[in-house]
Parts: sequence; structure tokens; C-alpha cells
Amino acid sequence: MPAISMTVNGQKVCGEVEGRTLLVEFLRDKLGLTGTHVGCDTSQCGACVVHVDGKAVKSCTALAMACEGAQVTTIEGLAKNGKLHQMQEAFREHHGLQCGFCTPGMIMAAVDIVKRKGKKLDDETIRHELEGNICRCTGYHNIVAAVKAGAEAM
Amino acid sequence: MENFAYHRPAKVADAVKAMKKAKDGKFLSGGHTLIPALKQGLANPTDLIDLSGLNKGGVKVGAKSVTVSAGTAHADVAADKGLKKAIPGVAILAGGIGDPHVRHRGTIGGSVANNDPAADYPSACLALGATIHTSERKIPAEKFFTGMFSTALKSSEVITAVEFPIPKKSGYAKFPNPASLYAMVGVFVAQMGDGSVRVAVTGAGPGVFRVPEMEAALAKNFSAKSLEGLSVKSKGLNSDMHASAEYRAHLIGVMARRAVTAAK
Repeated sequence: MPAISMTVNGQKVCGEVEGRTLLVEFLRDKLGLTGTHVGCDTSQCGACVVHVDGKAVKSCTALAMACEGAQVTTIEGLAKNGKLHQMQEAFREHHGLQCGFCTPGMIMAAVDIVKRKGKKLDDETIRHELEGNICRCTGYHNIVAAVKAGAEAM
Repeated sequence: MENFAYHRPAKVADAVKAMKKAKDGKFLSGGHTLIPALKQGLANPTDLIDLSGLNKGGVKVGAKSVTVSAGTAHADVAADKGLKKAIPGVAILAGGIGDPHVRHRGTIGGSVANNDPAADYPSACLALGATIHTSERKIPAEKFFTGMFSTALKSSEVITAVEFPIPKKSGYAKFPNPASLYAMVGVFVAQMGDGSVRVAVTGAGPGVFRVPEMEAALAKNFSAKSLEGLSVKSKGLNSDMHASAEYRAHLIGVMARRAVTAAK
């Protein structure tokens, strides 16, 4: 099997994968980073969003081999020294989740939005930018509030 | 998903070579159509030749045309300041494909090569009279899109860039399917320097097509008002659970008027 190496959450990792191995499978099955979820597996729901070289992508629709040498950040990489990231804290504070399944993808997408659009976000921008992340519990209201607060705190 | 041999060449010539050597090879760009197709077993290649290792290049704005390197992601096309100024319609189109995560990964070359009947880019290519640059030749858009999911590309031919002539004005409007965000109907309108107008429609038929009646009306007077009363026949248009052919025919008129109003 071909070998790959990449940097995940600041740590060099390597492993053997098949050509068909998806990035999300490598993260979850080989590295045990199960915070990244697989929802639809058809690149619609966004539960699998991680950052590859600083950009939010759907890890269910990227081959692990295509991420050779990349810098990958998953939800596990956000908290530093046991302290939640500002966006994680905002989701907790504003109750931006119910079952929590979509939350890792929501938070990774939210951090990406702030990177691209800045810390002052209005509701319309947040809702539009979350087009690729689906939540079946909350009705989005508290998610939008959490992203807004998290953005300001970042 | 069936397994395959994975290749990631660094040069176009090596990509072509790898494809010629493969028993049943496929090129992979951003993968946002091909990987779902592989998962469903709709494609089972022996070899996957990933083009993401090729020199990306990005967007080059010239005096008369804008050349977008094939591997440029939709987000980078949408954000390019020079392109936004030269051909606003293309920037709007790229910024409306899928969602932010899809736009970070999906590429113009992949979209054009796949020629999905509901993809956005083919409409811009046809309306602007783009030229598709490949590893072998330059193909005008009129000859490139040959039907549903089919193009003039040979099996081992790689798209290297898409060159758009700079128009006087351009605009794009689409009615997206709310779930897939693909175009149920998308209309790209371009007014060229010589006053001629081209209107290209995606999502409505088996492939991208032009609407000569609308082009003639807009060449006389480039305003949404000129399109009033003009309709497109529903015969031959797509009909599915999301929209009937009649509904799509109606949407073509609505989107064309919006595209003209938005044109800059």
C-alpha cells in the first residue's frame, strides 16, 4: 500500500493507505481522530469539514493521497492547553447544538468564515456562508448566534 | 468505492503519459463530481490521475482576455480582483457554485471537462465564446460542449486553461436547486465590444445552449425590457421531480432578465 505523510493538528503523521482512502477515513480510522464526522458522505452536509492548508474542505470528498504534505486541522486541533477555542466556547455558551453531530463541521466552517470575512458578521452573511453545513436539530437560530459571538471573541 | 492506482504527476506531459498507460484511467481535479461518482460505482477506473499536483497558475488578466488556469479553485476565481473588474459575470458565477467548502476544492478545469448539464461554468464559456486550452490544442467553446456529460476532449487530453474574452458587460443569474445548489436554470449574458450579445443557458436542457431570439433582442437594446414577451419552448428541456420542462422554460426568461439587469 502507498505511504503518505501530512501534518495533522501540528503533528507529523504518516501511514499506509489505499488509493481510494478518503481523508476522513484516514483521520478517523488510522489516526483515531473521530471528532470529524461523516454525515451524508455525498459532500452536502458538512459534518466532515476540516481545514486543509488553511481552507475549509469536506474531508469525505478528498482523497487522503491528495493531501500528501498538507497541513490539516481537525476539531481536535482547535482547543489549546485544555482551553476551548473561542468558537467552541461560543457554541457552548449559546447552546449552538442539540445532538452535536454537525457541530465539529459547523465550528470548523465558522472559523473559516471568520478567516475570510472578519470578526464582524451579520446574520445574513453567517446564514449564507453556512450553506454547506446542515443541522437537523436546532433550526440554526442558536448556531448563528454562536458564530456571531465566537467571531467577535476571536 | 473500488480501489484504483493513484497517480499525482507534476507535469502535464506526465499526466498524459500516465493516462495513455492506464487500462481505464480517469483524470481527477477537485473531485467534487468524480469522487461521489466513484462512491456510487458510476465510475470504476483502474487508475486515477490526480491533476492537483500540476502548476496551478491562477488567473491572468490580459488586455483582451482573462486566462484562468485549469486547476484554479472556484473560490480563487471569485476572489480575483482583476477578473472581478474585467468579467464580473464570471466572478459572480464562481462565487455561487455549491457552498464555500466546495468552492475551495472544485476547479474550473474539472467543471468544464465534466460538462454536467447543471454546472455553471459551461454557460459562461459559451456566452463569452471562451477558448479551452488543452495539452494538445485550443478548442472554441462552441465545439467543446458536445452534449450531456460529453465534450470534444480525447481520453488522454488535459485541459490546461480557460481563456475568456473580456466583454463590455456580463451578468449571470441562476435559480439553484435548494438541496444540491446546482443550477435548475442558470443564464449567462454577455455583451461583447462589437455590440453583439450572447445568451447561454445551463441546467434547463441536456447541455448548455444559446437562445438566438434573446440575443437578437438584446443586440438591439441591451435591457431586461427587451426580453419581455420572449419565451423559450419547453420541448426538449429537462423535467424531473424538482421542476417540469414548462417551469424551466419560464425560469429561463426570469433568469435572463435578472442576468441582464445585473450585467456590468
